[in-house]
Amino acid sequence: MTSDSKPYSGEQRDGAPLPAGGPKPPPGPDPTPDPRAADAPVGESLAKDAWRRLTQNRAAMASLGLLIAIVVVCIAGPWFLPWGLAEVDWNAFGTGPTLENAHYLGTDANGRDLLTRVLYGGRVSLSVALVASFVSLVIGVLYGAISGYVGGRVDSLMMRFVDIMYSLPFMFLVILLMVVFGRNIFLIYAAIGAVEWLDMARIVRGQTLALKRREFIEAAHALGVRDSKIVTRHLIPNAIGPVIVYVTLTVPKVILLESFLSFLGLGVQEPLTSWGVLISEGVDMMESAPWMLLVPSFFLAATLFCLNFLGDGLRDALDPKTR
Amino acid sequence: MLSYTLKRLLMAIPTLLIVITISFFLMRVAPGGPFDGERQLPPEIEANLKAAYHLDEPLPMQYLRYMGNLLEGDFGPSFKYKDFSVTELIMQGFPVSLEIGGLAILLALLVGLPLGIAAAIRRNSTVDYLVMGTALTGIAVPNFVIAPIFALVFGVLLAWLPAGGWNGGAWPNLVLPVVALSIQQIAYIARMMRASMIETLGSHFIRTARAKGLSETEVIWRHAIRPAMLPVVSYLGPAIAGIITGSVVIEQIFGIPGIGRYFVQGALNRDYTLVMGTVVFYGVLIVLMNLIVDLLYSALDPQIRYDD
Repeated sequence: MTSDSKPYSGEQRDGAPLPAGGPKPPPGPDPTPDPRAADAPVGESLAKDAWRRLTQNRAAMASLGLLIAIVVVCIAGPWFLPWGLAEVDWNAFGTGPTLENAHYLGTDANGRDLLTRVLYGGRVSLSVALVASFVSLVIGVLYGAISGYVGGRVDSLMMRFVDIMYSLPFMFLVILLMVVFGRNIFLIYAAIGAVEWLDMARIVRGQTLALKRREFIEAAHALGVRDSKIVTRHLIPNAIGPVIVYVTLTVPKVILLESFLSFLGLGVQEPLTSWGVLISEGVDMMESAPWMLLVPSFFLAATLFCLNFLGDGLRDALDPKTR
Repeated sequence: MLSYTLKRLLMAIPTLLIVITISFFLMRVAPGGPFDGERQLPPEIEANLKAAYHLDEPLPMQYLRYMGNLLEGDFGPSFKYKDFSVTELIMQGFPVSLEIGGLAILLALLVGLPLGIAAAIRRNSTVDYLVMGTALTGIAVPNFVIAPIFALVFGVLLAWLPAGGWNGGAWPNLVLPVVALSIQQIAYIARMMRASMIETLGSHFIRTARAKGLSETEVIWRHAIRPAMLPVVSYLGPAIAGIITGSVVIEQIFGIPGIGRYFVQGALNRDYTLVMGTVVFYGVLIVLMNLIVDLLYSALDPQIRYDD
């Protein structure tokens, strides 16, 4: 019944994800121009091919569009709204969404405009997500690439360290960190970034182990390219596919983590706000002012939803096995 | 197998040392102390108190003392909950957290696995899209949003179940926290099971089984499910850690007297020993759980043997 799920199209493009890798080592250390491109089945670069496949994925494209919209609205929106972040409207305490008094999504219990606050909160949540993901990306990629490339005893030592880190009750340490050093947004960036790099390191190490036996790396060796340069110029760029996918999936995790901390009252501090802070305020007022919970929850959920869809789409687009 | 287990347990020692050391010194460099209350204590009394708890000693001495006590299984007294030792508090809170967390994991497996299998078997059908859409929603809506909404809808508006409280673990009090805690894990497990089932169904030994003329039910139940479950089993370690983390929020929202609540309160109150005790306890728990999961993995996958 279900045997129709495996369409054999006949094209068996083994090794296609990486541009190089012919039997003869390419002349230069940079393997990108494939001399056999003329008779290759598809003369497309990996990035182009992935982009084409991504644009065919309607869910991913819709998510990308919505995501861009959310980012633009969060950045530009507050300029067009008549209210400030902490501005109190003395005529509207805890009023529901209405078109009459320019509080399009209502106000909170202190008479502050909810839409304005959600957009400002979005700036914080999204910036935490980007910076912390970037921190984890840099640490994870470098660590994984070095571990996989150097190999041997160093590798097993470095991975043992990752194993140890894995079994730390991280959430507790982050909570501790927040309590200890005060609720500071830069600390949130660093703490979350420092927690999230482990998976990335493992993924990159796996990629590196697979890549370092390949001919173009050998060729670079033979040409006397320095190790550090091989790692940064050849290994990391070639391992970038899974890394991109993983970053897309890290961003929602970070957003969630930040909201979680904020929900416990350990996130960013007044006057700054974030989606997590707003949700936690909304929970307190849930019975009398449900919009205060629903509006920030909607923004948070929509962003997470889109990022997950986009991540899935990217994985499908970059994974050679799903072609 | 035995030597592997021993080796893993040995490896746990540096892990726990790191956990203890980091949290000990983090807690101590924090401004404020356990005796800062609304009422300022006279300096002599505070000095006496500090001496009684050995807080007047230099930090390295305190560290060694704490380690020594820990080796004897003594977590020390709590600073804020008078007359309670940290061990007593943990032993009070842990059964509660365990009940909620254990039930949540069980529920996540019981619901997530069948959903994932069903979606994989009917790939690209309405069932598949429905399951995967719901799963994505479960991932996108965090439990600290779901839990209050549950409490509001089922606890307050419909009044079917109590909106909070523990009530000695009566089952109506369990339902909402357990469901709220498990939803995200259900979503992850369903997605993972679907992906791995699809991969398994495309592999050669399944083709062989079909070629032998086995019925589709037999192919799925006898051949496909076990190998397809492997990624889910290896996910159980992170899942358990996730449930433990989530329970911090869930216990807060539903007012459940578990360990998670002690931890957050303790950290805010500078209850040094309580926080340390909780962190160490969860550190041990996570190490043990990861070990059990790995052993379970080897039991399920005949290709993996831990001989060395």
